[in-house]
Parts: sequence; structure tokens; C-alpha cells
Amino acid sequence: MDASDTAFIIISACMVMLMTPALAMFYGGLVRSRNVLSTHMHSYACLGVISVLWAILGYTLAFGGDVGGIIGNLDHFLMKGVEGVPAPAAEKLPHTVFVAFQCMFAVLTVSLISGAYAERIRFSAMLLFSCLWLLFAYAPMAHWVWGGGWMQNMGALDFAGGAVVHMASGAAALACAQALGPRMATGQGFIPNNLPLTLIGGGMLWFGWFGFNAGSALASGALAGQALLNTHLASACGILGWMLVEWKRTGKPTTLGVVSGALAGLVAITPAAGFVATLPAMFIGFVGGMVCYGAVLMKNKLGYDDALDVVGIHGIGGTWGALATGVFATAVINEAGSGLLYGNPRQLFVQFVSVVGTWVFVYVMSRILLKVVDGLIGLRVPSEAEFTGLDLSEHNERGYAI
Amino acid sequence: MKKVEIIIRPASFERVKDTLANLGIHGMNYTEIRGFGRQRGHTEVYRGTTMHVDTLPKVKVEVVVHDEAVEKVLDAVIAVTRSGQVGDGKIFITDVIDAVRIRTGDRGNDAL
Repeated sequence: MDASDTAFIIISACMVMLMTPALAMFYGGLVRSRNVLSTHMHSYACLGVISVLWAILGYTLAFGGDVGGIIGNLDHFLMKGVEGVPAPAAEKLPHTVFVAFQCMFAVLTVSLISGAYAERIRFSAMLLFSCLWLLFAYAPMAHWVWGGGWMQNMGALDFAGGAVVHMASGAAALACAQALGPRMATGQGFIPNNLPLTLIGGGMLWFGWFGFNAGSALASGALAGQALLNTHLASACGILGWMLVEWKRTGKPTTLGVVSGALAGLVAITPAAGFVATLPAMFIGFVGGMVCYGAVLMKNKLGYDDALDVVGIHGIGGTWGALATGVFATAVINEAGSGLLYGNPRQLFVQFVSVVGTWVFVYVMSRILLKVVDGLIGLRVPSEAEFTGLDLSEHNERGYAI
Repeated sequence: MKKVEIIIRPASFERVKDTLANLGIHGMNYTEIRGFGRQRGHTEVYRGTTMHVDTLPKVKVEVVVHDEAVEKVLDAVIAVTRSGQVGDGKIFITDVIDAVRIRTGDRGNDAL
């Protein structure tokens, strides 16, 4: 075990943990004031329940010994065998640190989905769906990509979770938006209640993302440094890409556009962060900002109410990033793989297969789980409760007593 | 007695309040309201989607005055609220049958 690597990953895990409260603020500011607390609650509840479930069963299903390339075995059920030994996935780290670092990813991914079902889901249904989704969608995905499963064996490149985190949450979000149906329109329309809160949350997500992407090197050193620089510049370029199209299309740049563009850039660089050089990273971020702007608008045409644009930003941004990794990856940065532009066109095909595999598996699995939860407890609150707002109807609280 | 309801831009409220006080009006109420007239609303853009906000914030001031004070009030209020732009507001005047001062039982004009 290496002291500096361990210190770096402990700090990275802490930074990734902060992304979930940051996401709560980011999402919380975007809903109507009657739902500001329930939207925070979705993320904080995940910090509780998903963390515990991760320790009990989630981790071992994702990173336990491989069973047929599909799922992990029960070697680490109830955290068995993780104390005082190195992590199998990263020999220089204590196993406990690896478990904790991965736990933060799982919590954040499940929380990300909440942007799609915000403002109308029953809290108990949200909890049950989140637990089932961790075990039946996230754990297999993490195993396939990072735990020795079929995508990893096929050679798919996903540095920090373009497929596992962003495409998976995007596909689940699409399933949720369709299963729940659109939100009930009220008075002023769906106007964000507190954009400054969203902007603070967005800034904190950017900060946490350095732990997310650089930490995914699983060691301190040159690769983590490259991922850090790529991540920051891709986010910056995401701002420029989104702002450019928005300014041109609607006449004025917006603060929500800037922070959304930054996130789009961050999402897009996530799978590529430790595989591509600096200039391609900037290009990936810039295109990410523009592509996600277009993807967010698509929901109006396609008719699903993805309340806070999880599909448009995480789903589509993650897809673009995964494919771009297949184009721009270079062995100069990371000997794990080269892409189309560096003489390996097959990589782009492998990336494409992993994209299709992720979308189809997670979407279908999510629809099944939603069907089960709907049958057991009902997904959606009654319309009276929805009009009142989930803060009062589900939690007996108000965010703003003014 | 007449009740004068004055619907104005929120930004004009302080001036109207001071003007009414200078005229010797001893009491008034105001309410923050939303509504629309010819100004209609405005548009806002969130993640590329344009939303029409069709009501705007306004302030409604209500005062009850002696019959002979009405024209004076109207002139004074208009002088501090008219910009000539759509959205300056409206004033409605209605008859008031009676008034009571709860503390003393005074009725009519004496209660104002």
C-alpha cells in the first residue's frame, strides 16, 4: 500500500461525497418552491440508504469476484474481507478506501436520477426504486465496466463513469420520466425557485468532479494530473459551447445556461479524462456544451417531462463522451487504449457497443423496476398532494416560511 | 365618502405613499398583487425554453376619503406615477356607504 496514493484517494472520496449535497442544491434551486425540500431530500436520502446498502450488498455485487462477466459474487457481503488488506482493483490502496471511494459514486449516480422524477414521486416509492436500482442496474453496470465484467473484457474505455454514472442515470431518468408522466402545471409554470442555489451547487459539483475524475486514476501521479487538467478545461469549454449557441438562439446568455454548460463539459469528459490529451479534452467539452443544449430542447419535441434534464445532460453528454473516447484516446496518455485518430478504429466500435449495451440494459431494467414499485406502493402522489407540493404533502415542512 | 383603489408599479409605491401623507390622508392600506392589463407579462428563458410569465407584480393602494378630496388625490397620485408607458396602472373610485371607527364608534366622515 502506498501512503501518497492512499491520501490522495481519501481526499478524492471526500470531494466526491460533497457532490451529492451539491447536486441537492443544484436540483433544489431548479424546482418550484413547493418542492425545494423534497428535491434536497432525494439526494440526502440516497446518502443514507444507498451508502448502507452499498456496504451490505452493493459493493460485493459490483466488485466481488466475477461470475460469468455479469455480476460480482458475495465474497464481500456485509463488508467481509475488506479490512486491513489492499484493494484487489488497486493494490496500492487499502480495500476500505476503495470501497468508500466507490460508495460515493454509487450514491451520486442514484441521486442524479432524481432530476427526472422530481416534483411528483411518492417518497417511499423513490426509496424503494433507488434501492432496487442500485442492486439491479448500478451494481451490474459497475461490474461490467470496472469489476471485470464483459464491457471491460471487450476493451471498453470508461475512465470515471461515462457509462456507469452518466449514461446509466440518463437512461434511468428517461424511464422515470416516461413511467411517471409529466408534472402538473400550476400558475406561473415551471420557473426555478432559486437560481443562486443552483449556481452554488453547480460550482461545488465542478470542485467535486476533480476528485471524481482525477481520483479515478486510483493513484496520485501524472495520470491523475492529466485527468485534473482535462476535467477543468472541458468544463470551461462546456460553458463556452453552451453560451455560444444560447446567445445566438435566444438573444441572451443565461446563468443557468453557463452552469449547465459547465456540467455538460464535465459529463462529456468523464469517460475520457484519463485517456485523451489536453486539446481533445477541450474539444470534447466544447461540443458537449453544444450537444447538451440541443438535447435538452429535444424533450419538448419528444414529449417526456424530464424535469431537470438528466437525459439531456447526463445521458446525451455521457454518450458523446464515451464515443469521443473511442476517437481521441491515445496510448501516449494512457497505455490502456488508443482510439480512431491514433490508428485503432476498432475502439470506436467497442465504445459504440458499450453505449448501446448501457442504454438498453439500464432503460429496460429501470422500466421493470418502476413497474414493480408502481404495483407495490404507487409511483406518483395524488394530484391534490402534487398541487400542494411534496414538501408539505410528503414531509410536513416548508422550505421558505415567508 | 369614496374609496380610491390605486393600482401602480411597485417602484412607484414609496412616492404614492408620501404624496398621500402630504395631502393629510390619515390612513391607507396596500397589498402586493399580481395581474395583467395591456402591459401583459414578459418572457423568461430557462435552458433554451421560453416561458411566458403572463402576470406582473403590482401594488394596490386603498384609501377612503371625503368626496371633495377625491380630485385632489387623483391629481397628486397621477403626478407621481405617470411615465407615459404601458403599465403605469389604473385607479378605480367607488362609493362607500358608511364607516366606523372601532375605538370610539364614530360614523361616516368622522371615522376617517
